Amino acid sequence: MPLYKNGSFFQDPWSAIPEGEAISPAGHVIAPLSWWQAERQAFEGSNVPIGVLIDPGTPIAEFLEDLPRFALIALAIPKFQDGRAYSTARLLRERHGFKGELRAIGEVLIDQIQPLLRCGFDAFDVTDPVTQAALEAGRVPGVTHFYQPGVNEAPRTGARPWLRQAK
Amino acid sequence: MYRYDEFDAAFVADRLNQFSDQVARRLSGELTEEQFRIHRLMNGVYLQLHAYMLRIAIPYGTLSSRQMRKLAHIARRYDKGFGHFTTRQNIQFNWPALKDIPEILGELASVEMHAIQTSGNCIRNVTADHFAGAAADEIEDPRPYAEILRQWSSIHPEFTYLPRKFKLALSGSPHDRAATQVHDIGYQLVKNAQGETGFAVYVGGGLGRTPMVGHKIRDFLAVEDLLAYTQAIVRVYNLEGRRDNKYKARIKILVHEKGFEPMREAVEAEFAADKSDLLALPQSEIDRIRTYFAPPALKEREASSLTVEARRARDPAFAAFVDTNVSQHKHAGHGVLTISLKPIGGIPGDATAEQMELVADLAESFGHDEIRVSHEQNLVLPHVALDDLPAIYDALNADGLATANAGLISDIISCPGMDYCSLATARSIPVAQRISERFADGPRAKDIGALKIKISGCINACGHHHVGHIGVLGLERKGVETYQLTLGGSGDEACTLGDITGPGFSYEDVVDAIETVVDTYVGLRTDAQEDFLAAYRRVGMAPFKKALYERDSGADI
Repeated sequence: MPLYKNGSFFQDPWSAIPEGEAISPAGHVIAPLSWWQAERQAFEGSNVPIGVLIDPGTPIAEFLEDLPRFALIALAIPKFQDGRAYSTARLLRERHGFKGELRAIGEVLIDQIQPLLRCGFDAFDVTDPVTQAALEAGRVPGVTHFYQPGVNEAPRTGARPWLRQAK
Repeated sequence: MYRYDEFDAAFVADRLNQFSDQVARRLSGELTEEQFRIHRLMNGVYLQLHAYMLRIAIPYGTLSSRQMRKLAHIARRYDKGFGHFTTRQNIQFNWPALKDIPEILGELASVEMHAIQTSGNCIRNVTADHFAGAAADEIEDPRPYAEILRQWSSIHPEFTYLPRKFKLALSGSPHDRAATQVHDIGYQLVKNAQGETGFAVYVGGGLGRTPMVGHKIRDFLAVEDLLAYTQAIVRVYNLEGRRDNKYKARIKILVHEKGFEPMREAVEAEFAADKSDLLALPQSEIDRIRTYFAPPALKEREASSLTVEARRARDPAFAAFVDTNVSQHKHAGHGVLTISLKPIGGIPGDATAEQMELVADLAESFGHDEIRVSHEQNLVLPHVALDDLPAIYDALNADGLATANAGLISDIISCPGMDYCSLATARSIPVAQRISERFADGPRAKDIGALKIKISGCINACGHHHVGHIGVLGLERKGVETYQLTLGGSGDEACTLGDITGPGFSYEDVVDAIETVVDTYVGLRTDAQEDFLAAYRRVGMAPFKKALYERDSGADI
């Protein structure tokens, strides 16, 4: 899958786990959360990079304890109208200080890249060909003036402290 | 009123460019209709029965004469010469061509208007009391807070893909003219024991298929926490609201299914967990934004106007107009004037381009350049000197805008219904017209007194029939229109949903049925001062049910 991160496409260093297999002891695979929870004991004391795939609406409380253990969290967006991942991403970054890769996977459309970035995503698993083409051509639509804070956007002093502006 | 600075103008320009680009990508096929639909809706463009419909935002129902003239121009140039004012204080044009819409939006941007987020699963137009800043009973003008909420909610990255639409309303007076308790979040300005201003907050109100009155989630929210607390509510809704069924996706359903206490706990926990202060409203900012809404410099005048009294004495029509359409202003010698868009037999809420221009002229000459749109589909000049009423009346009268029926039986709220809307199951406008003609605006209407009839042409309830004193719901059974009546609803501070009378009435019989209800009321009221709602609350449904459905109840007395 083409992975879009920091403005370009990359060969994805992570892979999905093949059906029926266990999580590789070398890590660098993305496990559905339930699989991780079933197999986590095997990784006690290990520091191989672990990735998890979280379904929309999964309460963060269900995996909060393991958060420091994850190098990557992929939030599934099965339908582009499903906005739950935007809140989950924001909470992971701003409330819980998650510093690893936060990846959007599923129906990610080009007009959603900007709001997803503003919610703290930094990587996009892009399958939609139109989105891919637009990203490859560097055409990321968006606005440059924002009426509310986003993740990693410098606070503003003076009038209307809730405004932000793209650099 | 709020004036754009460079930032605001740049934001609207940005958005216009973005939408124009989306339109182009739709036309080239890069975006499917389903993918384009979201952007179309977020820019107020609906696909209706006959044509595209453009819904333009009028934030908290406030506009200037310059903006009203622009709406008149758009009506004339891009539409069929009229517009429709809605139950959310917006304006709709029913006939623009899709190809013209980017140009229309450009024209709107030139007068600080737009159509952003008037549709879609996002936070919609923030509405407020249409008498804000003027009414004598006001605690504080809620519009600075409405403006802050409007900004914060515009193209919000986290809340653009909510389970469903989300509507906010604010009231600054103990008498709630904004129907806050039937909104997703309602904010009521209050003062605490220390005399500080804050909000009573209601959540989970709404109409539609499953009407519910909002629950009070906070007795007192400090004003500085307005955005942070709103964020907490919307975030819980975004994460937990249902997405499996479009008709069960509003926050009122979440409150109902989760339980109010668990909902309250979840919101308070989310609010408490946010230690960031990023959304705290500095008092200096509230004060600065409040200056945009400073009342105009009104002259000192006598409480009573000799000009008005003299004219009243010799002109009964003028007297009726003043008695019915002028409400008390906080400043002596002034009034809050309702311009009824409910001419007898006319289409509720519609105004021609000429009428819009007349209102703009009057606002400029007599109204300190301020106009309001009420959710009851009328216009308001909130600041007029009583001495100017004769001149204003004569001008309005010449253009069919002086109907003396504000709040009376012929001041009907109606959705566009089957004549315009692809969702409708029945005609609503013709029923409104017939009711209006039956009762008109003369002595009989005046005697009946305050009576809010609200008509919806389908169960989505855009006519707000659940909170009508008499509500009318147009349904379809086996291909035939049938109209269900509800009684005793009210969107004010004693918010109640109407009670269904019983079986529905045909298109032919519904106006007779309403007349039966009205005659029953007149027959049982304690005196002429007991209005319909008070009488209903006193006697209940029984006498009305009997009059409507018992064969020998003498409906033709």
